Amino acid sequence: MGCVEELPYEVLLRGSSFKECREYIKAHFGESVNVPAGFKIFDTHIIGVPPIAIGLDGDFVIFPYTKPCHGTFLLRVQDRAEADHLRSRK
Amino acid sequence: MLGCPQVPVQTSIALYLIHRLKQAGIKPVVAGNRSAVTLLVVADPKREYLGEALDLDRAIDQITEHKRDFDLCFVFIHNDSGVSYAATMGAISKAQIYAIIYGEHVDQIVTSIDFPCQTIAAKALHNPMPLKKMLDQVAPWAA
Repeated sequence: MGCVEELPYEVLLRGSSFKECREYIKAHFGESVNVPAGFKIFDTHIIGVPPIAIGLDGDFVIFPYTKPCHGTFLLRVQDRAEADHLRSRK
Repeated sequence: MLGCPQVPVQTSIALYLIHRLKQAGIKPVVAGNRSAVTLLVVADPKREYLGEALDLDRAIDQITEHKRDFDLCFVFIHNDSGVSYAATMGAISKAQIYAIIYGEHVDQIVTSIDFPCQTIAAKALHNPMPLKKMLDQVAPWAA
């Protein structure tokens, strides 16, 4: 998952549970898309309990990123192509 | 599939499970982060128990991309991340999923699992015996 770590990301939540990340996305972003576990985003397969919500805010993509020792981080990354790709799944 | 190695029983139970699976003629493959795998490698220098071991993210990549899959998957869980990995395996793999749950928050973790899997749970942090007992009762190697 090195690719995500090299992105210019902003951490919205850190060390949280997967459920907290999902609720945060639903509460703070009017636009979101559900994807299956293992869905590839930024060359990374998303780890999580379905349904996995990914938030969209203009060109920003908000998604959970899980590490075994540190829980789930909620990251925000600006990437128009990825945001468009996710919108096309609706 | 190993979780964060901060709870001591993980390494012990993983080696025990590998042993039982091999005895039953089942070839185990271990996936974990670098620390979790290194704990096994150092504990088993002649690789008498440990066979193939690979990085956790690489394992997820291979399964998701349909390059490989398994018949059984044992996911070691003592925190929320472990639950996420088990749910992911349930979604991407055809394997029968076994959630091996231990640590301080066993009851909370067990109730949070709402996807199909067989749970093997015991409140065990330093002493592996309660978890070994539960594993022996289920005996997944004999299924």
